[in-house]
Formats: sequence, C-alpha cells, structure tokens
Amino acid sequence: MSKSICFYFQVHQPYNLRTYRFFDVGKRHFYNDEYRNRTEMLRKADQCYLPMNEILMDQIKRYGDKVKYAFSFSGQAIEQMQQYAPDALESFQELVKTGNVEILAGTYAHSLAALFNKDVFKKQVTEHKKLMKEVFGVTPKTFINTELLYSNEIGADVAEMGFNLMVTEGAKHVLGWKSPNYMYANNINPKLRLLLRNYRLSDDISLRFASDCLTTDNYVERLNEIKDGEVVNVCVDYDNFGYRYDDSTGILNFMRYLPEAIFNNTDFEFAKPIEMLDKLQTMSMFDAPIPLSCMDEERDLSAWMGNVLQDDALETLYSFANKVKRNKEEDVIRDWNALQDANHFYSLCTKYSNVSPYDYYINYMNILTDFNERVSNK
Amino acid sequence: MKVLMFGWEFPPHITGGLGTACFGMTKGLAKNGVDVLFVVPKAHGDEDETNVRLLNASDVTVNIDNEKDRSYWDRVQYMEIGSNIIPYVGPERFEQIVEEQRATNHFQSPVFLPRYEFSGKYGANLMEEVARYALIGSSLALEHKDEFDVIHAHDWLTYSAGIAAKETTGKPLVVHMHATEFDRSGENVNSLVYSIERRGMEAADIVITVSDLTRKIVVERYGINPDKVITVHNAVEPNDKKRSEYETCGLKNKVVTFLGRITYQKGPEYFVEAAHKILQYDPTIHFVMAGTGDLLPKMIRRVAQLKMGKNFHFTGFLKGNDVDQMFAMSDVFVMPSISEPFGIVPLEAMRLDVPCVISKQSGVSEVVQNALKVDFWDINGLADCIYGLCHYPKLSELFKQEGKKEVDNLKWEFASKKIKAVYEKAIEITR
Repeated sequence: MSKSICFYFQVHQPYNLRTYRFFDVGKRHFYNDEYRNRTEMLRKADQCYLPMNEILMDQIKRYGDKVKYAFSFSGQAIEQMQQYAPDALESFQELVKTGNVEILAGTYAHSLAALFNKDVFKKQVTEHKKLMKEVFGVTPKTFINTELLYSNEIGADVAEMGFNLMVTEGAKHVLGWKSPNYMYANNINPKLRLLLRNYRLSDDISLRFASDCLTTDNYVERLNEIKDGEVVNVCVDYDNFGYRYDDSTGILNFMRYLPEAIFNNTDFEFAKPIEMLDKLQTMSMFDAPIPLSCMDEERDLSAWMGNVLQDDALETLYSFANKVKRNKEEDVIRDWNALQDANHFYSLCTKYSNVSPYDYYINYMNILTDFNERVSNK
Repeated sequence: MKVLMFGWEFPPHITGGLGTACFGMTKGLAKNGVDVLFVVPKAHGDEDETNVRLLNASDVTVNIDNEKDRSYWDRVQYMEIGSNIIPYVGPERFEQIVEEQRATNHFQSPVFLPRYEFSGKYGANLMEEVARYALIGSSLALEHKDEFDVIHAHDWLTYSAGIAAKETTGKPLVVHMHATEFDRSGENVNSLVYSIERRGMEAADIVITVSDLTRKIVVERYGINPDKVITVHNAVEPNDKKRSEYETCGLKNKVVTFLGRITYQKGPEYFVEAAHKILQYDPTIHFVMAGTGDLLPKMIRRVAQLKMGKNFHFTGFLKGNDVDQMFAMSDVFVMPSISEPFGIVPLEAMRLDVPCVISKQSGVSEVVQNALKVDFWDINGLADCIYGLCHYPKLSELFKQEGKKEVDNLKWEFASKKIKAVYEKAIEITR
C-alpha cells in the first residue's frame, strides 16, 4: 500500500484592535483598526492567497485527481475577505469547486472556547459549519481545532458533535516512541479517529523554510527517510506562502514544484484527510489527558494561558458567555467572536519579547468593559 | 523687578507638576509686576548649533495665546537650551532610558509614548547634562547681566546653573525645593543628587519650600539654616471650563481615579489594594489609574492577579485637556502618595468638583481643608473613605461645593506675591 501525504492549510486573519481608551468606554463601540485590517488583508490577498491559489489551480488542472489539499478557514478570515478582498475569496471558491480540496470544520472565531465553555464551543462549530456551507457549498466532515488544540475531553466533545475524524498535533511528549504517521483514536470515544500533524515536516516549511534554504529535493529526501507509517500530515498556516516568507525566498516556487518532485521521487500519494477514514485502520489510542496544541516547542497552552494578564482576560471574557447567549444582535455576535480570537491572548504572552503585553492588556480590558456594558443592558 | 529663572520644563512639554507650577508662578509674578527670563532645557533634536536660543514668547506653542495673556507674555522671556535633561528621572533611570531608547530605536507603543526623545547630540549621562546646563546657563546669565535682579532655580537639576549664575554675576540666588531626594527615592538616596541639592541650598540666599513638610526635611536632613528657609505653598489656576462642559463618563457606575506618575513616591500600590477591598463590597465601582512610570507593569500584573481587570482601567500618560477630561469623568480622586512635597493634582481635581482623598504625607494636606485625609499605608482607611464618597451623596456634595470654593482662593497671584517678597528679602540681604 502506498503512503499518503495530506496537506492542511490554515487561513486565518484576526481583527486587529484599535487603541481603545478608557474615555471610549460606554460611548464608542467599534473596536477594530479598520485601516490595519484592510491593509493586512489586501497584502495577504496579493502576496499569498491569489498567487498560491493560482499555483494550486494549475496543479489541479495539470495532475487532476493526483493532487489534493485540505483548507481550514476562520470566520474572521472569511468575513474580512468578503469585506476587503472578494476576489481572493472567489479564487478559493474556484479551488473548492474542483473537488480536489477538502474544507475542514473548526471554531468560527479561531477561539479557545473548547477549553472554557462547551456551549460556546459547540455554538461556534455550528456557526462555522453554516458559514462553510454558505460560502463553499460543502459540509465539512473533518474537524481541526484552533491551533490543533486537543485533549481527551475535547476529542470526546467533538465526537459528540458528530465528527468521526479530527486532526491534532503529533506532540512528542504524548506520543513518546510512537510515530505520528498512523491513524489513532480518541481514548474516551474511539469512534473519533485522529490524524496527527508531523511537526518535523510541517515546521520545516513554516519555521525553517528560509533559514534552511529548503528545496523540493531536500524535502523529498526527508519524506523518503520515513520508513514506518501510513500517512504524513503536513499542517501549516497558508500565509507562510508569500506573506510571512515573501516570494523572494522561493517559497511559491517550492510549492509549485513540490507535487512533481513527490510523484517522481517518492511513493507518496496526495490525499484528503477524510479519505483516510476508509483507507486506514486505527493503530492505537492517543491519550492526551492534558490539553496540547501545535504552539511553540512546548506544544501546550502556555502561549495563551498561564500569566496573570492572560488568565484575567480569559476569565473575564468567558464570564460574559451567558449574557451573550440571549443576545441576537448581529454586531454583538460579531464582536463577541472577534474578541475570542486566540491571537489576543497570544499578544498578552510574556514568553516572547513582543510588543508590550501590558499595553495590550489595558486596551483589551477596556474593550471588554465596554462590551460588558453593551450586553448587560439588554 | 526682573528674575532669571532656571526651570526644566514648561508647557506644553510637561511631564508633571513642576511645569504647571512654573507656568502658574510666572503668570502670577507677571500680575505682581515681576518680569521673568525663563530658561529651560529642551531636547527635540531641532535646536540650532549654538545650543542657545532666545525664543520670543509667541513662538511657544502654548494654547493660551489669547488677548488676556498678552500682558503676561510681555513680561516673560523664554529660552531653551539643547539638552537631554529629563524631568523626574534619577541618574540610574536616566541611563536606563538612554539605553532603552537606543536599543529599541524610538520604540513607540500606543499607550506609553515616550515623553522625550533623544537627539543623540548630547551626553548620555545626566550629571554631564547638569554640568552642561550650568555652563550654558552661566554664560547666558553673564550675557544678560544687567537685565535681572535675582536668580531663581527650580529643583536640583538647575541648582548648578543657579550657583554658576550667582558666581558670575553676583546676583542673589533663590532656590526652590519642589521635591527632595528623600521624596523621590525614599531612604535610598543618590548621594550625588543629595550633594547637589545641599550645595544649592547652602549657596542660596533664600530657600523656598513648597510645604512645611518639605521645609522640615530641608532643615533636618540637609542641615540648612531654618532662618533662610521659607514655605510658599503652590497654587492652582482657576480653569475656564466647567465640569458640565466636558464629556460625561460612558459608564453609569462610580469612577475612582488615581492620576500621577506611577512610581514609588506616589503610592500606586495602596490604590490598587484599596480598590480590591472595595470591590468585595461593591463590585460596580470602576477604578482608573492614569499616568505612567516604572511601576506600571507591576501594577498591571497585580490588577490582573487580583482578577479585577474588568473594573480597573489604565489610561497611560495624560496631558492637557485629557487630564481635565479625566477629572470630569471621575467621582472620587485619590492621591495616596507616600511622600509628596506638595502635590498639586488634588487641587486640579477639586477645581472640577471632584471630592478627594489625600494622604497625610502630602504638602497639599497642609492647605486643603475640604478633603478626606488618611495615612498612605492605611489601606482600610483609604478604602473606607473611597467607599464613603461613592455611597453617601451628602458627604460628596459637601466636598464638591466647599472644595471648589476653597481651591478658587488658592491662586498663583497670591502665592507669587509671597515669592516676590522673598525676592525682595534676598536682594536686601545681599545688598
């Protein structure tokens, strides 16, 4: 049996928050830095979405059923494409129409709701499903959580929502000696199968592309080093291609010629994740009692949680859940989603030497105060 | 009579009370018929090569350029000296800031905008800057020798300039203690700063202190002859706009405000801890900490740790109209300073009908009657006062009315009259 390779591209664009002063609380309810959002979206569309979609489209035309990809979109990314870059969204729709692309299910808001509030989590998955149906005309069957967030409980919740397949991180500290290149199952509800991200081959692209001067030859070589296993899951942010690494690094050409190199020099076949359900047998249980993710070397939650700023912000945010539940206003729901974006909590992290998390906290909490006023008055 | 005044900041480039005080003081002096030649260090990177610039007052972008102030500007000449001197910063912190700014290449964050930028032309050592200021100051004094009768220097950064000017011209020197090193650093005084302060006061003919509290420190800790130390309390200018003319607060709940530099001296910790206590009884009250300083990150961490981010807000540095806007949105103002030589901010709050809680360890508590006073360390007392002002409208109404009346009588015109008398005395002594 030939081995499979699945490519997962994550498309997300957070809403950037504007400087929101205490003076604005209770008065001005717009939180977004429109200019920055628009600029970033246009840049991403020009440098990544449009050229990459064209490349993938050419491949599909050329190789037909031999190339397959999987995409996951956040609600914010879709909303902002609709608003600022409809041509990019159109080109995604074209890709999906070919049938060579699988659309994945996820949380609408790129949120951490799975960890905090089961109701909110479920609601977001439903909303996301609905959006995918609306935009792409398909009902997603494979689930991928925000930044591959997973634990036994989260898996069980996902199974309860009717999914049979989920993608998560092949974290070394959970797998131990086991290989990520097989299909596993959730150990509370084994009905849910798991595909695990091969972090080495994924990070080769997303973290080390430029520093390693990666070429298709290198990459194929690394693929061929995999002797055991049945499926390799390469899961990267889509904006790596052309946006984070610009065209001059050669990353677009890398992706353009990668299928050819794989066909010619390996016995791997491209596959959609959902095809694995029929093709593969479950190898073993995957036991993750403690939540894991694909973030950083630690593969844990420490990018979003753990310091006092993050914990206070998250706790405050999810304390609004019940108030928002009763609210039907469109802009309240949109803001509620946007405020849950995991990127906010990433910006509050003190692990990295990024711009001041303290500034971010002040701003974010001012917005939450205003948001609380809005939902409390209803 | 004309006075040569060495300051270190002047509106609109201000970071704290001193600039405001100097502005009010010169205005008051003008009303009392005293002309002022004002010299300040400036670091905006666009100074001309000679480092000395005589500015016509109309070049200064203060938005008080109306008819009423014409007579004031006729009496005030304003000069700037290219320098990196930063107000309210000790030598250690100064070096740190220089390093940080170099490292981050003018890093700009939205809330904590750096107030001063370095042009790179000047020294990175505060003491060098002080010496340079003194050098330029004295040559400037010599140049204008015949134009003034007395020298007036504000705070230690300018004392060397004051002494140098006195030595070159033989004119009497008055030094003004707005804060002592003990106020700024507690017991960990910087001995260099201390010695400059002491030398300045010893060389001076008269020392003005902003409160009896400061006078006591000057006499006890610096060993200055009490006969030449005179207290002149600060004042505040009545403002033109009424509270009702500002935007009201978007929150329907009570807002309790702390406004000042977030440093050891101002006691921000006590405000945070008191807020925590109050929130356990009344979770609807909101707290605002306005200002910036080296303790800000620590305060933010503490607020998050106590899980009160929802009710506790930070605004970053505020100036000009934003300060008054903040007061107009406040129901209570709190100044829990550990050591405050004077502390003009409560007066500014009272001007806009905000009842105040101030620490007994502040100079302003000597002159203000209509405010609640507590020991800075007494968190329970502080919490109690704030809670009371939020919940007992009769009490806060009383403070609003009486406080406003009181503060309207604390005018710079009157304080400057006393300063003028000090000048006259200094001239008489040296004659």
